[in-house]
Amino acid sequence: MNFRFWSVSRQVFGARHLISRPKMTENGILHPERVLTLDTMNPNVKRVEYAVRGPIVQRAAQIEKELKEGVKKPFTEVIRANIGDCHAMGQRPITFLRQVLALCTYPELLEDNKFPEDAKSRARRILQACGGGSIGSYSMSQGIELIRQDVARYIERRDGIPSNPDNIFLSAGASDGISTMLKILVSGEGSTRTGVMISIPQYPLYSAALADLGAVQINYYLDEANNWSMDVSELRRALAEARKHCAPRALCVINPGNPTGQVQSRKCIEEVIRFAAEENLFLMADEVYQDNVYAEGCKFHSFKKVLFEMGPKYSEKVELASFHSTSKCYMGECGFRGGYMELINLDPSVKAQLIKMVSVRLCPPVAGQALLDIVMNPPQPEEPSYPTYKKERTAVLDDLAEKAKMTEEIFNKVPGISCNPVQGAMYAFPRIELPQKAIEAAKEKGQVPDMFYCMRLLEEKGICLVPGSGFGQREGTFHFRMTILPPTEKLKVVLEKVKEFHLDFTAQYS
Amino acid sequence: MHRLPSSANRSLIAGALEQYQALVMRRKSQSVRQESVRFKTQGPIESYGLKRYSTREAAVAAKSKIREKTLTMETLNPQVKAVEYAVRGPIVMKADEIERCLREGGKQPFTEVIKANIGDAHAMGQQPITFLRQVVALCTFPELMDSPSFPEDAKQRAHRILQGCGGTSLGSYSASQGVECIRRDVAAYIEQRDQGVPSDYDNIYLTTGASDGIVSILRMLVSGQGPSRTGVMIPIPQYPLYSAALAEMAAVQVNYYLDEGNCWALDVNELHRAYQAAKEHCQPRVICIINPGNPTGQVQSRKCIEEVLHFAYEENLFVLSDEVYQDNVYASGCQFHSFKKVLYEMGPEYFNSVELASFHSTSKGYTGECGFRGGYMEVLNLDPEVKAQLLKLRSVQLCPPVSGQAAMDVIVNPPQPHEPSFASFQQEKAAVLGELAEKAKLTEEILNSVPGIHCNPVQGAMYAFPRLFIPPKAVEQATALGMKPDMLYCLRLLEETGICLVPGSGFGQRDGTYHFRMTILPSKDKLKVLLDKVRDFHIQFLKEYEGTVEAPQQ
Repeated sequence: MNFRFWSVSRQVFGARHLISRPKMTENGILHPERVLTLDTMNPNVKRVEYAVRGPIVQRAAQIEKELKEGVKKPFTEVIRANIGDCHAMGQRPITFLRQVLALCTYPELLEDNKFPEDAKSRARRILQACGGGSIGSYSMSQGIELIRQDVARYIERRDGIPSNPDNIFLSAGASDGISTMLKILVSGEGSTRTGVMISIPQYPLYSAALADLGAVQINYYLDEANNWSMDVSELRRALAEARKHCAPRALCVINPGNPTGQVQSRKCIEEVIRFAAEENLFLMADEVYQDNVYAEGCKFHSFKKVLFEMGPKYSEKVELASFHSTSKCYMGECGFRGGYMELINLDPSVKAQLIKMVSVRLCPPVAGQALLDIVMNPPQPEEPSYPTYKKERTAVLDDLAEKAKMTEEIFNKVPGISCNPVQGAMYAFPRIELPQKAIEAAKEKGQVPDMFYCMRLLEEKGICLVPGSGFGQREGTFHFRMTILPPTEKLKVVLEKVKEFHLDFTAQYS
Repeated sequence: MHRLPSSANRSLIAGALEQYQALVMRRKSQSVRQESVRFKTQGPIESYGLKRYSTREAAVAAKSKIREKTLTMETLNPQVKAVEYAVRGPIVMKADEIERCLREGGKQPFTEVIKANIGDAHAMGQQPITFLRQVVALCTFPELMDSPSFPEDAKQRAHRILQGCGGTSLGSYSASQGVECIRRDVAAYIEQRDQGVPSDYDNIYLTTGASDGIVSILRMLVSGQGPSRTGVMIPIPQYPLYSAALAEMAAVQVNYYLDEGNCWALDVNELHRAYQAAKEHCQPRVICIINPGNPTGQVQSRKCIEEVLHFAYEENLFVLSDEVYQDNVYASGCQFHSFKKVLYEMGPEYFNSVELASFHSTSKGYTGECGFRGGYMEVLNLDPEVKAQLLKLRSVQLCPPVSGQAAMDVIVNPPQPHEPSFASFQQEKAAVLGELAEKAKLTEEILNSVPGIHCNPVQGAMYAFPRLFIPPKAVEQATALGMKPDMLYCLRLLEETGICLVPGSGFGQRDGTYHFRMTILPSKDKLKVLLDKVRDFHIQFLKEYEGTVEAPQQ
């Protein structure tokens, strides 16, 4: 068969299936419809929504392309403040982490005297724990044992509570661990279908995973007027309502909060644990921002630590999965997909099922595991890399704290925008007042009002934010999520532009 | 008898074995001789047999102290329960246990466990391809760009990859579909591989190993209830990722059997049979093909691929073509043909209508970079709306590991003849593939010299899947133990020789036939030792159960 001939006819045929269905071939033979269409695909997948990478981000990519092609816009670059992607916003990697990883990747560098000894000794240690001394071999599905031991020691240092490496599962980012745990939790049909309580606003991984699994999403609302804090009476309300139509079995908490940036108090955590114990709920604590606490008087408390401090009545009872990741904190190494989860009080036979489940996917990326190991086991004061490491780490966290403060302050100066303090994590989630006319204009376009707002902001200012509706919010309120990650100077520009836009927008629709 | 390090591990392994047992035992009312026939690692029942440490009992015993758990075997997602994955199943856990015991000074009739259960090349001593690691190291620590010890072509590639990354760092999220310049390289690679058949980088999705892509596509395809539930045709024997994914999604697994008597060839008549039979109770919408075959090692002929594609066209099936072993073809006269190329050559009627997803990975071939979890899939004729849905689904997990994407880039964009690394790259690649070819031949030859073992030629991939004659008495004993006969065989092999293989039942096989899968990856010397041990074991096994040595009927 001649290839040149077909490449011409390919163009002819190429366009066809966009328009005609059932497909006709060139000699007019009727060919059946596609196997996989919107009508025949998995309906659960259709229900999945993920705003952080949704339509607004796709439009941002388009605009970037247009700018590259020379299309004139009222701005010269798109600033993506939609996702917690630190390095993309210019944050530099921590040198020590990358040194160890480079050594693991290309062990010939172990002979290179430009690499410090502490980096080399860590790389050697990791490589020895890999099959054939290579990060190219599969690890155990649960993760490299040595690294799980290091994770357990890290948790012990953090909490002062024993941690068992057998309870640690390494994962491809925290998302992977969260999806896996939700997957094993979901069962039943109809009124016995598993319900999972999630905060509103939430990080949309949760709603997406629940939709995909066909589980029942149970919303509990965070209290915006009270710094997005979690309120147990609201938990009770949500639970009681949900019990009428499903079987609530799990409670997810994000602390520090995403997208809301609050840091939970110890007292609040205790109440949540008591609630979970009373109501027999499996607790999932998403603690990927545990190093990102900025506000004075705020402190990160792990659910595990609080659970054990509450005594054996709770610590021997409550089932808890907590999650951490290499993507946030001072590292911001999103691309490596490193993470872990720790499981407390998991039924041993369920654990065997979990191991089986993760083994089907073979193992989390080993480079990500290695990276996690260094985060768990950073340079110590007596080691040569310590001063640089310490300096880099502090610089990142101080910078973030400064930007958190600045964001809050500038937003709160804008009439019609009110922003809770960004106590932790990497986002501001300010509330925006939208004029009635704007809401109507949005409806006319078939858009949610805050989507309409964010789209206009993107088109006019080149700033990419995520509308609050993608995370969930109380009816009639509107928000957006914005990362505080751009460098201080750029962040100032972003904030100024948002301010300008908001004033114009409000004026236009008033 | 050896010591076990921790009770946690013990109960875990016991648990895994127990589930396995429970599965089989449910159908068996009597537990004949269960206590008289025991494995050495099981230990006496009184101290820690399967029975005493059964996890189910442990849970009951603890109940007085602990509340009813939220998540138990009763409340667990039933589809998760249905998943089986033999490649890392109970036998591998047992192997880990024995390894630990050896490390701690325990006595065994051997000094090391040889794991020939999984295609894990580096763990078996294969060296990484230097150029690939240079590029990934440069991407990881760009300060090395100034180092004179890295070749220019590696630096150029690293530079190009970093330019494609946000903030020029491997640490930023990539687009969910993968870094654009890498997808372009993949498309160019496919065009070149398929002698000019066009490939659009918009149809390329980078993945976390091939498994991730396969699961994503299957997830999209599964819908309906009862007789309209999606049926997915998979070969038997198969790579158990497929059966595991289908069990998890509660899709209907439709088996078509490969023809062992004909070098594991795929027979279209068998496809028709399986399809017609399945139509009675489900809606077959998908066919999966693994070429070169895992675990069966066959390489499909062009003619056969054409027949399969014609069948898929006629019956309106979505085609999944698992081509991760495309560089692993050893037998003379065999050649890898991609499904996409054949589809193209069948003409536009086919090329423009058959929906096809094909998969590749960094884990196999000559690189064997399993740990990086790199891979890609190419989709063809996917409905544009469905494509948007796929992208959305993939975006929830943010992106595949970027270092794995970088590794994939090196594979699709290797050094060219005019570049400084070309010679050493070619030499390393040829050495790996040359050795694998030799080991494929060696494995087939030695296995076929054993009475009661028959092994088809290992034409490609990384595994032999020989058929075993298991004497009726051994089958009886296995049944009494609530175990598949080839599981019994592999467990005994592990306990007596330290060799870890996967029983054929984990991949599926025709009723009454028995096999195991072994990789051909151990170094040549070790492979010889391994094969000799298997031979000795097998002869001994036959003697023990049969008294005579008798060849199986082929």
